[in-house]
Amino acid sequence: MTPTYYLYLAGIIFTIGASGVLLRRNSIVVFMCVELMLNASNLAFVTFARINGNLEGQVVAFFVMVVAAAEVVVGLAIIVTIFRSRRSASVDDPNLLKL
Amino acid sequence: MNALLASATVSTAEQVTFWVLAPLMVLAALMILISRKAVHSALWMATTMVILAVFFAMQGGVFLGVVQVVVYTGAVMMLFLFVLMLVGVDASDSFVETLRGQRWIAAVLGLGFAGLLLSGISRATFPPPAGVGVEDAASGGQVRALAEIIFTHYLFTFEVISAVLIVAAVGAMALTHRTQLTPRLSQTSLSRQRVSSGRVTPLPSPGVYARHNAVDTPALLPDGSPAEDSVPEHLRRRGLVRPTGPVELPHGDGEGNRS
Amino acid sequence: MLTHIADEIGTQSLETVQDATGVFALTWLLVVLPLVGAGVLLLGGRRTDRWGAWFAVAMVWCAFAIGAVQFFAMLGRPAESRAYGQDLYTWAAAGIFDVNVGFLVDQLSMVFILLITFVGGLIHIYSLGYMSHDPDRRRFFAYLNLFVASMLLLVTASNYVMVYVGWEGVGLASYLLIGFWNQRADYATAGNKAFIMNRVGDLGMSIAIMVLFATFGTTAFSGVFAAAPDASSGTLLALGLLLLLAAVGKSAQVPLQAWLLDAMAGPTPVSALIHAATMVTAGVYLIVRSGPIFNLSEGARLAVAIVGVLTLLLGAFIGTAKDDIKKALAGSTMSQIGYMVLAAGLGPAGYAFAIFHLLMHGFFKANLFLGAGSVMHAMDDELDMRRYGGLRAVMPITFVTFMAGYLAIIGIPPFDGFFSKDKIIEAALADNIWLGLLAAVGAGITGYYMTRVVLMTWLGERRWAESAHPHESPKVMTIPLIVLGLLSAFAGLFLAIGNRFVDWLAPVVGEPVEHSFAVPTWVISAGILALVGVGVGWAYLQYATRPVPVTAPVGSPVAVAARRDFYEDALNEGLFMRPGRWLTRFLVFFDNKVVDGIVNGLAATIGGSSGRLRHWQTGFVRSYAASMFAGAVLVVGALVLVRL
Repeated sequence: MTPTYYLYLAGIIFTIGASGVLLRRNSIVVFMCVELMLNASNLAFVTFARINGNLEGQVVAFFVMVVAAAEVVVGLAIIVTIFRSRRSASVDDPNLLKL
Repeated sequence: MNALLASATVSTAEQVTFWVLAPLMVLAALMILISRKAVHSALWMATTMVILAVFFAMQGGVFLGVVQVVVYTGAVMMLFLFVLMLVGVDASDSFVETLRGQRWIAAVLGLGFAGLLLSGISRATFPPPAGVGVEDAASGGQVRALAEIIFTHYLFTFEVISAVLIVAAVGAMALTHRTQLTPRLSQTSLSRQRVSSGRVTPLPSPGVYARHNAVDTPALLPDGSPAEDSVPEHLRRRGLVRPTGPVELPHGDGEGNRS
Repeated sequence: MLTHIADEIGTQSLETVQDATGVFALTWLLVVLPLVGAGVLLLGGRRTDRWGAWFAVAMVWCAFAIGAVQFFAMLGRPAESRAYGQDLYTWAAAGIFDVNVGFLVDQLSMVFILLITFVGGLIHIYSLGYMSHDPDRRRFFAYLNLFVASMLLLVTASNYVMVYVGWEGVGLASYLLIGFWNQRADYATAGNKAFIMNRVGDLGMSIAIMVLFATFGTTAFSGVFAAAPDASSGTLLALGLLLLLAAVGKSAQVPLQAWLLDAMAGPTPVSALIHAATMVTAGVYLIVRSGPIFNLSEGARLAVAIVGVLTLLLGAFIGTAKDDIKKALAGSTMSQIGYMVLAAGLGPAGYAFAIFHLLMHGFFKANLFLGAGSVMHAMDDELDMRRYGGLRAVMPITFVTFMAGYLAIIGIPPFDGFFSKDKIIEAALADNIWLGLLAAVGAGITGYYMTRVVLMTWLGERRWAESAHPHESPKVMTIPLIVLGLLSAFAGLFLAIGNRFVDWLAPVVGEPVEHSFAVPTWVISAGILALVGVGVGWAYLQYATRPVPVTAPVGSPVAVAARRDFYEDALNEGLFMRPGRWLTRFLVFFDNKVVDGIVNGLAATIGGSSGRLRHWQTGFVRSYAASMFAGAVLVVGALVLVRL
């Protein structure tokens, strides 16, 4: 086994997260799938740091984590606001931008 | 321990850990996708995060693994759960797909993307893994090494990210702030409201009898009928009010015998 | 068949053209005076109503005066030096392209100048009486003057472009005058028909001018005729045919003859001047003037002769079947011009006789038309000869002059037609026996139809309508008739003595060839007279011995065809008008369906496709996420493929 397997794993997790965004209707679950994608990329970064022997990969993963946290905060606040006015957490409900 | 931290070569322990935890992680990710209740998805997500932290630690990013647990599993997933509770913790989604062909598209795209990624990765050649042990040792520990990189090479990025965090926090507060649209009721007006509503006194407390000590037992009115107000409304709504018939008082036959 | 003429042409001496001095320097006045008359009358408007007609008459007679003085001056000169050229100014000069406004007065143009101004002047005087009651009199005289100016320009031009200017001018004047009473739709249509058919002929003229420029670099007569022998035979043939096309249009020859009978819609003086004496003879002038070109091309000459023979027979047949007196005379005009064209197609042997017959025809045909006009004037504008009859007693002067014209046209010696027509038939016989025989037969038919006209109009019983009170015309109308009658009677004799006329024209058109026949010439003349007598007798039998029916009888198929002008209108419509209309309709259809269809179809396609595409915007976030993911897949796929 080589560290390449971690990369395969990261790819698979990323794909699962992407499919989740397409398939789930609950906005919070969709958000969770987005977080899953970010985590998969974190795994890839750390693996590359290990392969190349410098810590920059980990530093980038660190920053990604911080940004993801900020994103979660804002995203959930938006979901709460939408839920307050529409009483629904489904992503299919706001569909007024159709032609 | 040092050998593990150095992580240059893939040791047997690492292999075993990987092959046990990696399928688990994939399973957990799939369960996020297919759980009916959102709370279950959140819990499976937490599982994935924790396994991920283990992988970080195995690859030499011990600090990052700890941060992953603290930030992601601890803070982010808690946030998710709180919002889920706001929205409705019992809410279960229907699995009937409303968009035509979305399942097919998702399947094709997902499989295609996975195939592309995996094939792309498999064609890449990597040098033998170097491990982060050397760098750690050069700076006297991983934390110091990371700090050196962050605060010298990536200082500007660091500052920008802290600004992002602050903005995010303020933004969340701004978004969820409810504007007081009606005037705040003062005590005078509250008491006026109460008097004019018809019930001045507080609600009756639930009836507690010798057999049962619970809030779902209604109190009895003087004529023996249960008082609806004494049971909390949400229990009433859910139909969890304990039925009370007429109280069976133990009675004798007049000779001093209990029945 | 015409080859032996080529041997006998030899060297035709081209006259040297001298600079115009003395009275010849006034040549430009010939054109300008009537033009001024037209301009004053048209621009002056109603203010000129009272004196306009007299002013117009004066202009034409002044032009005649100048022409007469020039003629006498020319008589005083020796025969080889009678040509005078005058270049007024350069009209257009662009590189080798050079057109002058120039005049050429030689023997040929002098004949025409005198004919046009004299006969034109007489007709102007006649019109004073004929149009005296018409409120648009001033406009009529303006157009007549315009016509005279254009015709004079045509015959005095020194290059083909100026001839074309005059050519167009007379076409315009003809159109304006045919449709003079344009309140009637059919008169206006007749004007259109004449103009449009003329334009077809003018196409030949303009292409001929282009070919002249391309071949010779000039259109001046002197330049063209000097360089003509050097041109290729193909070019000469083309030129000849093109000029023939122009002549055919203007002179109402086959196949462009359908407009002449409709042109009788104009007032009778117009028919007399334009469509008998002068404009329709412009084609003959063109062919004769272009003699040096035709002399060098047998094919062109043959074509001219054939056109002439066909027309003279066609016109004669049409003339026999018409009951409208003006249309009968118009058929006669067509036929007589056919004679002139036939003569012109015989080369130098016939040019002089063509012009001779043209001059004679000008006199007697104008005479006949003016006489017909007097009859119409007397009979309240009735045209149908079946309602005439026995007018001899009522209009004696007109009768006598008409008879003079009648005898001239059928060719009874010593009247005019005998001298010219016989010579033409002789020349045709010498050239080709068939041409000659057909021409002689034509003479016989001429006798028939003219006798018919005379019998139906002047002799026989009166078949008048109740309201008709015919009377003799006023002096202003009878004096021109008398003058023309005298000319019809004696002019031919005068000009034929000692071959004066032919010798006069010889320096321009060439020496006529002496023919030798198996029989002496007087036998041929007697034969022709016999044919004429047959025609006259037949008409007498048909119209004098039996009463003339007031309504036309059904007649044989030939008669029916002749009444319909041998279906020339149907032919024109079928061959040209209908295909033209189909073409236009097809083009409109094509434009609407195909061109517009393409444009509109393009718009509809875009509209339709955008209508389909807009359903892509469903409003659902997940569909948009799917599109994004698909895009990402494509990008990654492209990257992976590239690295393959």
